[in-house]
Amino acid sequence: MTLELIPFLKQMLSLPGLSGNEAPIREVIADAWRPFVDEISTSPLGSLHGLRRGQAAEPRPRILLAAHMDAIGLMVTGIADGFLRFTEIGGIDPRILPGQAVIVHGQKDLPAIVVQPADRLVKPEHGGSPLPMSDLLIDTGLLPDEVKSLIKVGDLVSFAIQPTELSENILYGHSQDNRASVAVITACLLELQHIRHDWDVWAVATTQEEETLGGGYTSPFAIRPTVAVAIDVTFAKGPGANDWRAFGLGKGPTLGFGPNIHPALHNRFKSVAEKLDIPHQVEIMPRHSGTDAFAMQVVAEGIPSMVIGIPLRYMHTPVEMVSVKDIERAGHLLAQVIAGLAAEDVNSIRWEDTND
Amino acid sequence: MTESTPLSLPEIGVEQIALLERLSNAVAVSGDESEVRAIVLDAVKPLADECSVDALGNVLVTKRAQVENPLRVMLAAHMDEIGFMLVQDDDNGLYQFQVVGGIDTRQLPGKPVWVGRKHIPGVIGAKPIHLQEAGESGRTIPLDALRIDVGPGNGGKVKPGDRATFATSFQQIGPSLIGKALDDRLGVATLIELLKHAPGNVELLLAFTVQEEVGLRGARVAGYAFNPDLAIAVDSTPAMDMPMWDGSENNRYNTRLDAGPAIYIADSSTLADPRLVRHLAGTGDRFGIPYQFRQPGGGGTDAGAIHTRRAGIPSVSVSVPGRYAHTAVLVTRFNDWKNTLQLLHAAIQTMTPALLSELR
Repeated sequence: MTLELIPFLKQMLSLPGLSGNEAPIREVIADAWRPFVDEISTSPLGSLHGLRRGQAAEPRPRILLAAHMDAIGLMVTGIADGFLRFTEIGGIDPRILPGQAVIVHGQKDLPAIVVQPADRLVKPEHGGSPLPMSDLLIDTGLLPDEVKSLIKVGDLVSFAIQPTELSENILYGHSQDNRASVAVITACLLELQHIRHDWDVWAVATTQEEETLGGGYTSPFAIRPTVAVAIDVTFAKGPGANDWRAFGLGKGPTLGFGPNIHPALHNRFKSVAEKLDIPHQVEIMPRHSGTDAFAMQVVAEGIPSMVIGIPLRYMHTPVEMVSVKDIERAGHLLAQVIAGLAAEDVNSIRWEDTND
Repeated sequence: MTESTPLSLPEIGVEQIALLERLSNAVAVSGDESEVRAIVLDAVKPLADECSVDALGNVLVTKRAQVENPLRVMLAAHMDEIGFMLVQDDDNGLYQFQVVGGIDTRQLPGKPVWVGRKHIPGVIGAKPIHLQEAGESGRTIPLDALRIDVGPGNGGKVKPGDRATFATSFQQIGPSLIGKALDDRLGVATLIELLKHAPGNVELLLAFTVQEEVGLRGARVAGYAFNPDLAIAVDSTPAMDMPMWDGSENNRYNTRLDAGPAIYIADSSTLADPRLVRHLAGTGDRFGIPYQFRQPGGGGTDAGAIHTRRAGIPSVSVSVPGRYAHTAVLVTRFNDWKNTLQLLHAAIQTMTPALLSELR
């Protein structure tokens, strides 16, 4: 079986699936993963669980690969004279919204635009400044009666920007966070077809990461993996991001290091990357990793966890930019780490100071 | 009292929308109007009696009258649009840029753009919300903190000096025509339709102007060159017909969508010729074509440069109302455009030299 990674990623970047309402994206990922897994199911919170069985004798150790599939977006809170008022799903800087193309998921999908009212129409002290979300409106181009009949409070609004390739390897679009990482897991599954592996591999597309980490807490509980890896996007160097938290775009995935990460896992990923000459960068995460690993690590009696990052420019805007090379490298690294996990390696995931 | 129309008025159909779509999607930032000019020349050459491109790049078209000593009527619509110019290569696909024309910098972050004549795709990004300090989202991101990003490794595809604009594709949605640069591609398309249906009672002088957005510069020399008896600038003007923040009545709307073409009485650069204002409004009343008066004040059109050429040229402006002018996207109504075209056509057809015989 084969699958073209870039068209698949572009398909995912064209779909809605806001936190808590991931069905539109889940079906597409399920279709892509089905040929590469032995079982596929959906959790009570809507996360997608694919199981690819390993070769070791049962009970086999399990590695869980988690990438969240939910996207940030907007939700209708009111209708005024044919215009929509709205709030956010996930964290959105209101300054990126004026002039933004969106789709209102009403009785049917309606193209629309987020608009900034003229300064003369907003609260006088707001004039001239970036408007808070409560001052912005959505214009569907339809007349007020039609708006009333097609749209209601609570309807979801997703970004409409079409994914665009700037070159062979550079792609921008909305919800690269975190569908770029779903593509990483997909690349890993593609490679695992040709590799014998001892461990069971659980490919998981989690839900609600942008709001509650709901998928990150619940999927590992159901699966009870031996180790868990969160794949998520991280900051690429570029305008507004140039300190120690930002990494080179196209310079390789990052390997997280910090309290959410088990050092033995970090070291294993790092040594495989070094051995195979896979470009990578070490990402220091002094506190919350900002990923599903924060949740997964404390599920049940605790799970050794790891974070792989895909550098991305302009996070939480609809023009999130990634390097497809970094996605392929991360998928390759995951597959090769899995290939190298023997059944007895379960014992190697431990603290150095207990090594007696 | 409306009389049933004895006039044959042009309609907007699929062909006209397709032309507007091509015009809207073209990139023609002030100073490099070539992409729109090519579309205009293509459309007007077969119909014009005379057609030339002047020193600034204006397209000047003459359609002669079928009568002796006709009124010489100039219509102006600008081909250029607001946008950006790349000014410095910062490496890694990133370019510093400046704005060309009046753009609110609050409209820039998070937008896709097209760069240069080949429409190379890029984006204007924004700092991730996760890396912001408390209160940062209340401050406007200054232009010098923004970059046009065409992607690492793509630096060879663009260069400082290239123009860029918002990457917005035209759409027709319900009653609306939505796209970038409809200010003033609607005017350009209107002039092309008027040429196709040129009334024979006047000499029609069409100026497809350049550099309107940076100071009405094309219209200035076009008005001089044509030396018309009167001039009408055909443009798009803001409709601010949105709800007030506190629910109170919005009485500063400038114009409203669905209320017809906006006739100017006064803006910041022109006190319209009252004879022309009366003629336009009278034409609307007479033939039942909706129109509105633009709320006086602010703004300006090519008429501002034309009316003070030579010894003075009686001038007025008529605009298609549009929401969100000078942003990535304008929302306008099909009916407002159709009524603008028809009002202008009817007004020109009914013009006689007597229109200017009484003193202003």
